[in-house]
This record gives sequence, structure tokens and C-alpha cells, in this order.
Amino acid sequence: MLAAPMLEQTVQIVSNERDTDSYFRLVLRAPQIARLIQPGQFAHVRVLPLKDALLRRPFSVFQVSGDTFSILYKTVGKGTEALARLRSGEELSVIAPLGHGFTVPKRGGETPLLVAGGYGMAAMYLLAQRSPQKGIVFVGGRKRIDILCEKEFEALGWDVRVTTEDGSHGKKGLVTQSLLAELRRSRGNEARTKTKKSEIRNQKTEVNQSLLTSAPTRRMKIYACGPTGMLKAVGKIAGEFNVPAELSMDEHMCCGVGVCLTCVIPVKTGGGWEYQRTCTEGPVFDSRQVEWEVVK
Amino acid sequence: MKSKVQGPKSKVSRADDGVNLSVQIGKLTLQNPVMVASGTFGYGVEYAQLLDLNQLGAVVVKGIRLHPVRGNATPRTAEAASGMLNAIGLQGPGVDGFIKKYWPFLKTLKVPTIINIWGTTVEEYADVARHFDHLGGVGALELNVSCPNIKEGGAQFGTDLKLISQVVTACRKVTTLPLITKMSPNVVSIAPFAKAAADAGSDALSIMNSYPAMAIDIETRRPKLANVTGGLTGPCIKPIAIKLVWEAAKAVKIPIIGMGGIQNAADAIEFMMAGATAVAVGTANFYEPQTPLQVIAGLREFLQKHELKDVREIVGTVQAAK
Repeated sequence: MLAAPMLEQTVQIVSNERDTDSYFRLVLRAPQIARLIQPGQFAHVRVLPLKDALLRRPFSVFQVSGDTFSILYKTVGKGTEALARLRSGEELSVIAPLGHGFTVPKRGGETPLLVAGGYGMAAMYLLAQRSPQKGIVFVGGRKRIDILCEKEFEALGWDVRVTTEDGSHGKKGLVTQSLLAELRRSRGNEARTKTKKSEIRNQKTEVNQSLLTSAPTRRMKIYACGPTGMLKAVGKIAGEFNVPAELSMDEHMCCGVGVCLTCVIPVKTGGGWEYQRTCTEGPVFDSRQVEWEVVK
Repeated sequence: MKSKVQGPKSKVSRADDGVNLSVQIGKLTLQNPVMVASGTFGYGVEYAQLLDLNQLGAVVVKGIRLHPVRGNATPRTAEAASGMLNAIGLQGPGVDGFIKKYWPFLKTLKVPTIINIWGTTVEEYADVARHFDHLGGVGALELNVSCPNIKEGGAQFGTDLKLISQVVTACRKVTTLPLITKMSPNVVSIAPFAKAAADAGSDALSIMNSYPAMAIDIETRRPKLANVTGGLTGPCIKPIAIKLVWEAAKAVKIPIIGMGGIQNAADAIEFMMAGATAVAVGTANFYEPQTPLQVIAGLREFLQKHELKDVREIVGTVQAAK
């Protein structure tokens, strides 16, 4: 019952600049919050000058640096447009850190495969930074300007695979196709390795077809953040390849602390499913726990 | 650099200023008239890290029926100008789930817990009331006869004079706990409904529940809520609620708990002048969890400024000729 620590603070804006053509980067000074943040958690922000749009807006934490933390955002409505007009020195009300984040990979454990749809990249940086085990980052978007943080991930020493739907940057296609190709390749390698071993032992030499479709790829783990359609596809792929997957679910949110029951997703229980809160039990859920049949 | 912490111990002055904030709801004494509205405060525990719950007048929990309730499909809420729409569908753990999961925390509070209850039949209301009567330690029961977002139960009872009377009568028979009937705004005149609840044995009225409403996404041409319609809450409904409190206060003698868009002490005082003995902060909890404590502090300041010794002195003092 004891909840993770959360604080409500009025914090000062260090900077609020356009980061790329379509995204802004907001840096906030909040030493206590910065210290507590775990990868995959979010901050619930109230833009104080807004008088008729009252609700807070949730943002994944992007980076943490000393006494500050930052978020990336796109101007999509009233809240984010008002946010973009704020300047350094002005104040915001923040409740953070909130939610149940990602499990940070262990050294020598499974190779992390990070899958992000555009804006979802922001939620994954801290995970990559704090993971002692480096892996592959799959990032996709509609076009070049949707691709974020490519250089940041490369600087961390991760293998970055970019896809765009229009082919304007990286490979043309969907981020999930790129993930699928990697899993198939690695499955093929695994099958070949096993076949070689069996050849040595003079056992059956043909590649077992079932190995290609159902044997677990034990040394990998997927972490994903992005739009629901992408997460659903990632969940399906993870299931097919029997790879564990932690997904940061995207659902419209209101209070952020678990009381209003707005941000629920269907989660499997003993006999059926129940609605659980993205803000409290999530946003990160084990893909196998999600009742995908009900997810819209 | 400045970083103001608004932790649990902020805002409310524990003043020995001789100002009385205490009010009475039936046999229940509240240390101050500021409670929270059902459905906007979970089961209290969710906010325990952000504010000191023991500073409140009372904690009012989300509606509970006999069995667990899954709730409506998403999207369940949508922002509106100076407010929001919701159609949660009373998701909840049921009586047993609530007692197991939330009661151990709530019973440790020094302030009363008011349990909001509902059912799909008159008998179920009474059954749930009986369970909480037997539990011991409950402050009062709030009868939710006004939720607009469920097909059976809720507003079906609160907008029918015969049914509202039957629900209150049935609950009155099985418990001595104070009963607070939560009223629907969706009636031509609230006075007969207020009278029906009072005559059937309700100790107080909560006015009002959310106002039935709808919003459309013009790009997709679909309703913004999966439930199509929902209940409007927040500052935009306050003037509607003030009028209903004023009308009900003229019709009945039992205390009224005013609610609907309260954001600050001035809003609370307005409700009290219209005739409310106590108030509840609702939607504001979602965006500013400190609101109830700010309202309590502001009430005290107002009384001091106007050299009043007792908060009850402002109740029903609106100078309306009508």
C-alpha cells in the first residue's frame, strides 16, 4: 500500500527552448524531484497562467542532470502552447515523480531492445543512460523531424536503428518492422548455433521449424514507448518471439495520482481482466499482463 | 534557487484565534466545514503524501456498491472550458474489497470518513448501508442517487420522487449513521426532491452531483467520451450549484453540503451564504491537491477580517429579496 515518494512543488524554469523543428525542451530546477526520478516515470505539470484549461499535463521525464530534470514536448493544444510561451525564471507547479517505471537492465543480463515511436524516445533516454548493459534502440516516426535524440543515444554507445514512414531518414518503414527483422535475424543465428551443436553431436541436422517460431529468445528484453497502435504491435511481436516486454502505455490522463480513474487500461487478472491505472500501476506494464483484445 | 515545498504540513494555521470552524452534520461533528467530494479523492490514501488528511473536515470516498465494478470504457474524461466531463462509471472494489484494501488506512485517520454508497435496487442500497453500519467507525453514509454515468442506479433514483424516498427510507431502517443524500441537478425544481429526502430521514443533503453533458471531437466527429455523455464538473458549474443550494435551503431545515467548482475560500463562502453548512472540494483536487487546505485557511482569514467568531454565522446570509 505504501506508494512511491511523490512531491508537489512550485519549480523554476531554467530554460524552455525549441529543441528541433517540432519539439521543445523544458528544463526545470527541482533538486528533490531530480534525485527521486526513475526511468519511465513522469511529471504532472500545471501551467499556472492558464485559467480556463485547468488540468495538469503529464510528461515523461527525459533527462536528469544534477538539480534539474527536463521534458520534451510538442505543441499540440492549449496546455502545451501556453507552456511554450513560458520563459526561464517563470514558475510551474509540478507533481513528480509519478508512476511505476521501467526495470533497469542488469549487467550481464538480457540485451535491452528499446523501441520508441517518435515522442516515446523521451521516456527511454534515462533507461538507456542508467542501463549498465548496452543494446539496440529502434526509433521510428512519420518523417525526419519526428526522430528525436538519435545523437544522444549514440553518445551513450547504443546501436541506433532509425526508420521513417516516408523514408526521409533511416530505413523506410515502421519501427516494428525493424524490430521484427532484428528478432528474426537473431532467431536465425540462434537456430544455426543450435544446429551446429547438434551436428557435432551427430544428431538430427535439419533446422527445427518450431525453433524458429516458438523457442524463447531468452537473452533479449524489449522496452517500448509510443502510440498505442505501435505498443500493440510490439506486444504481439514480443509474444510471438517469447521475449519479455515492458511497455509504457499511453492513455489520456487527468489527476495523475490514482484517484480519478481516467487513465485506465485493461489488465489480466485471475479469471478475466480489470481496469488498472496508467498513472499508478503503470505507465509501464508487462506486455503479457495487458488484455490486448480490449485495448482500442 | 527557490523551490517551494508544499508538503503535508503546509497552509492550515492551527490558530488559537478563538474562531470556530466546527459544524454539525446530523450527529456528526466536523472540525471544519471543508470536505472533499466523492470520486475526486479516491480512498484518501492516494493523497496522503501530498497533504495532511487530518486537517480536513472529512474524507469522502468514491462510490461503493456491493460488488466490484469494472467501470466504463475509455476515454473517460475530457477537459472543457473551466471544467471537465467525466464518465468513469463508478469503478470500484465493492464493499469487501474496500474494507480489505482501504479501510485499514482510513480508520487510522482522526477525521471522519464518509462512505458514498450506491446500488442498482433499493434493496442493494440498504444492503450496502447495513454492511457499513456493522463495520463500526464510519462517520456517515452519502447516498449516491445522482450519478449520471451508469445505466442502472444513480440518477435513476435521484430524479424520481418516489424512488429517492424509498432509497432513503430503506437505508434509514438499517442504520443509525448520519445519512447524506447526494442530489441530482437534473430536475426541474430541487425543492420537492430535497423535501422527499428530508422527510424520509436524510440527515443532510449534498448539492450537487455533476451536470449531464456532452462534448464532440470535430476532427473525428465522435463524442469525446466513450460513454457518449458524461457529467460536467469544475468552476463552470458553480453558479448552477449555488442556485440549487439556495433553493434547497429555503425548502428544508436539514444541513446542506455545497459543492460544484469550489477552487478557493471565496467560492466556499459563496456556497455557505447561499445556505450550505459545509462544502466539498471536487474537481480542484485533480489539478491542485492543496485546494481543501487553502479553503480552510482562507475561511479562517475571512472570518477574522469580518470579525466573526463562528463560521456558522455566515450560513444562509445571502440578502436575496426573492
